[in-house]
Amino acid sequence: MLTFDNLSKTYADGTRALAGITAEVAAGEILALVGGSGCGKTTLLRLVAGLDRPSEGRIVLDGKAISEPRADVGVIFQEPRLFPWLSVADNVGFGLSELASAERRHRVGHALERVGLGGYDKRWPRELSGGQQQRVAIARALITRPKLLLMDEPFSALDATTRASLHEHLLALWQESRPTVVMVTHDVEEAVTLADRIMVMQPRPGRVFDELENPQARPRDHLSPAFEAAKREVLRTLDRSLRDDQPRQQKTAANAGLWW
Amino acid sequence: MSAIEIGTAAAAPEAVPAKRAGRAQLRLAGLVLPVVLAVIWEALVRAGLANGRLMPPPSVVGATLWELAASGELATHAAATLWRVLAGFGLGALAGTVLGALTGALPVARGLLDPTLQALRAIPSIAWVPLFILWFGIFEASKVALIAVGVFFPIYLGVAAAILSIDRKIVEVGRVFRLGRLAMVRRVLLPAILPDWFTALRGGLGLGFMFVVAAEIMGASEGLGYLLVDGQQLGRPATIIAAIISFAVLGKLADGVLVALARPFLRWQDTARDKL
Ligand SMILES: Nc1ncnc2c1ncn2[C@@H]1O[C@H](COP(=O)(O)OP(=O)(O)O)[C@@H](O)[C@H]1O
Ligand SMILES: [Mg+2]
Repeated sequence: MLTFDNLSKTYADGTRALAGITAEVAAGEILALVGGSGCGKTTLLRLVAGLDRPSEGRIVLDGKAISEPRADVGVIFQEPRLFPWLSVADNVGFGLSELASAERRHRVGHALERVGLGGYDKRWPRELSGGQQQRVAIARALITRPKLLLMDEPFSALDATTRASLHEHLLALWQESRPTVVMVTHDVEEAVTLADRIMVMQPRPGRVFDELENPQARPRDHLSPAFEAAKREVLRTLDRSLRDDQPRQQKTAANAGLWW
Repeated sequence: MSAIEIGTAAAAPEAVPAKRAGRAQLRLAGLVLPVVLAVIWEALVRAGLANGRLMPPPSVVGATLWELAASGELATHAAATLWRVLAGFGLGALAGTVLGALTGALPVARGLLDPTLQALRAIPSIAWVPLFILWFGIFEASKVALIAVGVFFPIYLGVAAAILSIDRKIVEVGRVFRLGRLAMVRRVLLPAILPDWFTALRGGLGLGFMFVVAAEIMGASEGLGYLLVDGQQLGRPATIIAAIISFAVLGKLADGVLVALARPFLRWQDTARDKL
């Protein structure tokens, strides 16, 4: 289980990127963070990754506070960030350098198959398209079998078709070991396709505006009424968050008086 | 759609040899102008229309080169020059790489060293010669020192700039995989600066050949630069041109060796083929 305990981050220049975030993510859950730009989504992910330190509060993963990058946490960035001097296979196996080479080769081969890049092991990153490079990055992050996977708008630079196929690859990989996933996206369709829960955030200071459960069974039918309804709900919440409105529960509570 | 695929698949294997042949032709095209000029000059001198004394025709230069080679003189001079360049290049490259890495990686070192080195860089390297002669004597040491100074600066600047321009995002990936200091240097930082380091080394080697000429012209008893001076003093332009040609060949060969040594490490580079 992943816990955010009254988490705040104020940058050196005084920007309050996050203030008082408290939340829990169950093991194996997929949580999507959505919200306008500047509401601290990237900051939150970097804190969880151990790349930055919180100013206040803590992040606890399975009973241990996170203060630096951990072996059981995988990260996929917005850009593929492959090492251009390593072949595709060596990029995917980057985190397995302690393993014997036969075992490593076996796991790299399997991971590449899983993202649909079997046979690409000897290619250089520059020979791949953007979508293929991002698939290599996914394989690189998942090959160490992390308990927690963090993704910051991982598919935002890709076209809709590539994105849809990557969603499938990702879910297939997720089903293998069921890691907890925290992902940032600005694509509502993507959030409703992948996530069990959607957290809508608001800026200045970065905080949680509202949370929406999305308990649809997988695989999800994009044309089903339930999917459409969930999408509309997220869009509506996002819209309210951008208009700096009150969150759903509080609003109904506040309005109750007017109704009577 | 399948027709298009078949079409491109069939065309691809043919396109590659055609491209290669095209490149070879282009390379040959570069030879046309010098060969034509040489033939014209040779013909003019033979026909008595031009005086070949100050600008000897190719046949005379060729004969001089042959004589120098046959007597073993050419090898002696070339070896002396090559030794000086390699010694100076080795020292300059080592110092440039170490200091460049220091100032590139450590802000403290940059603050301390870089201003002084930048000031020294403003001095034309040849201006050091009198001082070097006083310090190191008139023989090898002062020549090697001059070459080392000439080689040092481009490599120092290149390495420092390469380290400063390493992509922070890719270093972050190293952090995510929890690389220690040494592993980070070996697996991320070194490979990242390798192309720029190589470019700097190549530039440094070229400068090394420039400065060896200066050093040898100012006083030497052997070396290709000595051959230049000797040809001038004895009034033998053919010897001078033979020495110039030898310099060109030697420089090109040394550069080729460096490129060949670096090639296996830079195969991944997009622009590798055009650069090399
Ligand atoms: N390194 C930093 N230094 C100072 N301010 C930052 C830094 N990174 C982000 N910020 C600020 O923190 C806020 C949240 O940024 P970010 O987490 O990137 O938001 P998001 O990913 O939701 O768009 C923004 O106002 C941004 O300008
Ligand atoms: Mg962001």
